[in-house]
Amino acid sequence: MDVIAFYIFAAIAVVASVLVVGQKNPMHSVMLLITSFGALAGLYVLLDAPFTAVTQIIIYAGAIMVLFLFVVMLLNVPREEPAPPAVSALLGPTGIRIGVILSLLLGAEIVWALSRIGLGWFPQDPAAASVSSVALIGASLFTRHAFAFEATSVLILVAMIGAVVLARREH
Amino acid sequence: MTDYAAIIPIVIVVLSAVAAMLAEAIRLPGERMPIYGFGLIGLVGAAVASLFLWNTDAHSFFVIRSDNFALFINLVLCVIGILTMMFSNDVVEREHIPAGEYYALTLFAISGMMMMAAATDLLVIFIALEILSLAVYVLTGIRRESPAGSEGAFKYFLLGAFSSAFFLYGIAFAFAVSNGSTRIEDIGRALSAQATGAPPMLALLAVGLLAVGFAFKISAVPFHMWTPDAYEGAPTIVTAFMSTGVKAAAFAAFVRVFLSALEPLQVHWIPILAVVAAATMILGTVVGVVQSNIKRMLAYSSIAHAGYMLLGIVSANSAGKAAILFYLLSYAVTNIGALGIVALLGTAKHQHDELRDFSGLWRTRPGLAGLMTIFLLSLGGIPPTAGFIGKWYIFTAAVQEGHYALAIIGVLTSVISVFFYLRIVVMMYMTEGADVVRPRISRMAMTGLGLATVATFYLGVLPTRVLDVALDSISTIF
Repeated sequence: MDVIAFYIFAAIAVVASVLVVGQKNPMHSVMLLITSFGALAGLYVLLDAPFTAVTQIIIYAGAIMVLFLFVVMLLNVPREEPAPPAVSALLGPTGIRIGVILSLLLGAEIVWALSRIGLGWFPQDPAAASVSSVALIGASLFTRHAFAFEATSVLILVAMIGAVVLARREH
Repeated sequence: MTDYAAIIPIVIVVLSAVAAMLAEAIRLPGERMPIYGFGLIGLVGAAVASLFLWNTDAHSFFVIRSDNFALFINLVLCVIGILTMMFSNDVVEREHIPAGEYYALTLFAISGMMMMAAATDLLVIFIALEILSLAVYVLTGIRRESPAGSEGAFKYFLLGAFSSAFFLYGIAFAFAVSNGSTRIEDIGRALSAQATGAPPMLALLAVGLLAVGFAFKISAVPFHMWTPDAYEGAPTIVTAFMSTGVKAAAFAAFVRVFLSALEPLQVHWIPILAVVAAATMILGTVVGVVQSNIKRMLAYSSIAHAGYMLLGIVSANSAGKAAILFYLLSYAVTNIGALGIVALLGTAKHQHDELRDFSGLWRTRPGLAGLMTIFLLSLGGIPPTAGFIGKWYIFTAAVQEGHYALAIIGVLTSVISVFFYLRIVVMMYMTEGADVVRPRISRMAMTGLGLATVATFYLGVLPTRVLDVALDSISTIF
């Protein structure tokens, strides 16, 4: 069961990530990226890390992707038009070549790293899983780090006021 | 845990900030409302609360400790805040700064500074640092129509975010050294337990990265690049506030972390800080000499003063430690006075912050010229003002600790710095009047300037009482 779920999530993540690069419409890319992040969250659940999975959804799929979408919308990228040929060096053939080289390097790096440490290195300890449990994180947040937690609210308030001050329209 | 006493001053300032914000919300368009009153009430309240907490050594949540050291810094911050509020009313109205937001952000920044001075957990120090930094970044760029302000704010923000990353990385290494704790006392205990032999690499990394984070905030060389642009671009009143407040808070945390938790590694960090202190004193002074803009000049002067205070940390015997606190107070009252006058002389159209704008001030505004002279002489370290005593104690401590070279550099740079302070004085008294409009200055702002002057002379003529208090308060953290 776990294995099947793993392959499903992994396949979604990989396919969606590949498709992100291939889209002509940036909006579609963003949607596919969200799909990929969702599949990653599924993988975290399989790894007994529910808290990481939830933060993945909230922060990446939620907050950061909304930010991405807004930027894409504000930049007003032309919708279904075919991309103009080689607008910049980054998108042109040189850019593709650099991208291919970088991804090959990254792949080689991962293979090298995994072969050096061996797959047996990863901890199989069930106790390790409980460390990241939501209850433990919550307990430590509201006892040991209670003040830091509360002080963060002031920090966020300051950030909000600051954003409003700087973004406000002059009248 | 159930003891909330230690956080009372912080909470009072936060509440006054929220009150300032709400006042802005219910203010009718065009209605004039003395929002700074909330600030004055909150800051006086926080000062009174700090006096009540004196000698109680209250501890809240295990991470906020109102020892006399933190309370001394609290009082310095309250003085800075109250003077800022007294000068602000004139300036805010004249320069069309959004009042409610301005006062709220200033007060939030002060609450962050107080938190930073009292925190005994690196994580809380970091959060406090971010509270005050975010507020100050925004204050720097609060006049959005000014390109210089936006440029300064943006530089300050980018470099500040960068330094925060360094600081956080340092915290992570300290966390590793102390086996999973960010509490200062745990880190100190872990370090003194393994004091024999070479310290682990992780500990040295932690020291280095934390030092970078603090050095940025106190604008020590080579992390000072943002200072001139941010100080020049910001509204002058904000420059006055941040050149004193941010420095006081950052030095407080610097002293607390380095002289208590990281003291076992003293032999390793003293040489680094000694070099930084020397470079800071020299660069601040030498580059300051060639400036023609008063705010930029005072920015370099503030870099030089950070160097003198670093000298106090380097020569941290009992005299040196008390000297840092004394210096912070004397620097705060004189620098905020000097920049306050520059701020009060600005108009909506022109900031009047060029050196030539001050020519002939003596003929049109003799009182202001006199006060400005006093503050500048104090910054230069001429008796009988506060600046002289502060420098005297710092250099004495350096000599006692055998840092002769640093003390000589300090004295020489002080002598050079007198040149550029005196240049303004000469401009004010001995040249023909510049053709500028001098705005009216309210009675409240004049009272503030008067208070700063009295404090400058009091610290310069009768320093022993304050110095005893400083000595008493710094002894609570070591």
